[in-house]
Amino acid sequence: MVELLAKTPCEGLLPISVGNVSLAEDLPVSLTMLTVHKGRLEACSELLKSAHGMAMPKPNRATGTAAARAIWFGRDQAMLVGPAPNWSLKNEAAVVDQSDAWAVVKLEGVGAEDVLARLVPVNVRTATFKRGHTARTMLGHMTVSITRVGEQAFQIMAFRSMAKTLVHDLQRAMESVAARG
Amino acid sequence: MRLTCPHCGERDRREFYYQGDAVALNRPDPEASDVVWDDYLHNRDNPAGVTRDLWYHEGGCGAWIVVTRNTLTHEVLATELASDVTEVSA
Repeated sequence: MVELLAKTPCEGLLPISVGNVSLAEDLPVSLTMLTVHKGRLEACSELLKSAHGMAMPKPNRATGTAAARAIWFGRDQAMLVGPAPNWSLKNEAAVVDQSDAWAVVKLEGVGAEDVLARLVPVNVRTATFKRGHTARTMLGHMTVSITRVGEQAFQIMAFRSMAKTLVHDLQRAMESVAARG
Repeated sequence: MRLTCPHCGERDRREFYYQGDAVALNRPDPEASDVVWDDYLHNRDNPAGVTRDLWYHEGGCGAWIVVTRNTLTHEVLATELASDVTEVSA
């Protein structure tokens, strides 16, 4: 019988810290994609409120708190990050477990914005990208989801298969920012 | 070049994949003549001026977008969700 070892996406890669910026894996208990049934956005939002305490996020926004967050992922789609889903959600949405599919990391510290500025074609500075704002965009050549979760903190999600690239690209950018002092 | 995704706002061109003429949204009736289908499949205008293309927001929200732009001035005149366009014409 083969003994299978469960490894997190960034195991052996993180945490790292360069200059004032740190990068750590921030894997939630569960990741669930909610794709709302056609025309049921409001009903799904109500259901999500009663089940997990947050509304469905508007485009480019995240709702909820660190313990349970809903991140906008596309038209009528949200990623539920945190708790295992309440399965009653399937009455209003397609509910798909994606827990093992994503590498989730947290980039934190003074200068985190400068690190992302080197990799991401979206302005993530506080003036335009406040806490609770999110973007589906690119980091280098990868599609990612970036959410501001604190004054100097971002949650970044990339496909699990790209975890090493994600860490590598971020580490190089962190080193470049630190080298400029 | 920047394109405005109806969901995400103004984004860099590198987030988008270019599909081609938005004629793909006007699929002919299955029973239409060979001439109509031949035209739909193979014949495209190459306008010097205003054109409508389909773009895919690949490095973003995954929406298909109809972009109206001018090939002479590179001006982007309008962007709309392909799903909205087809719902109106349906």
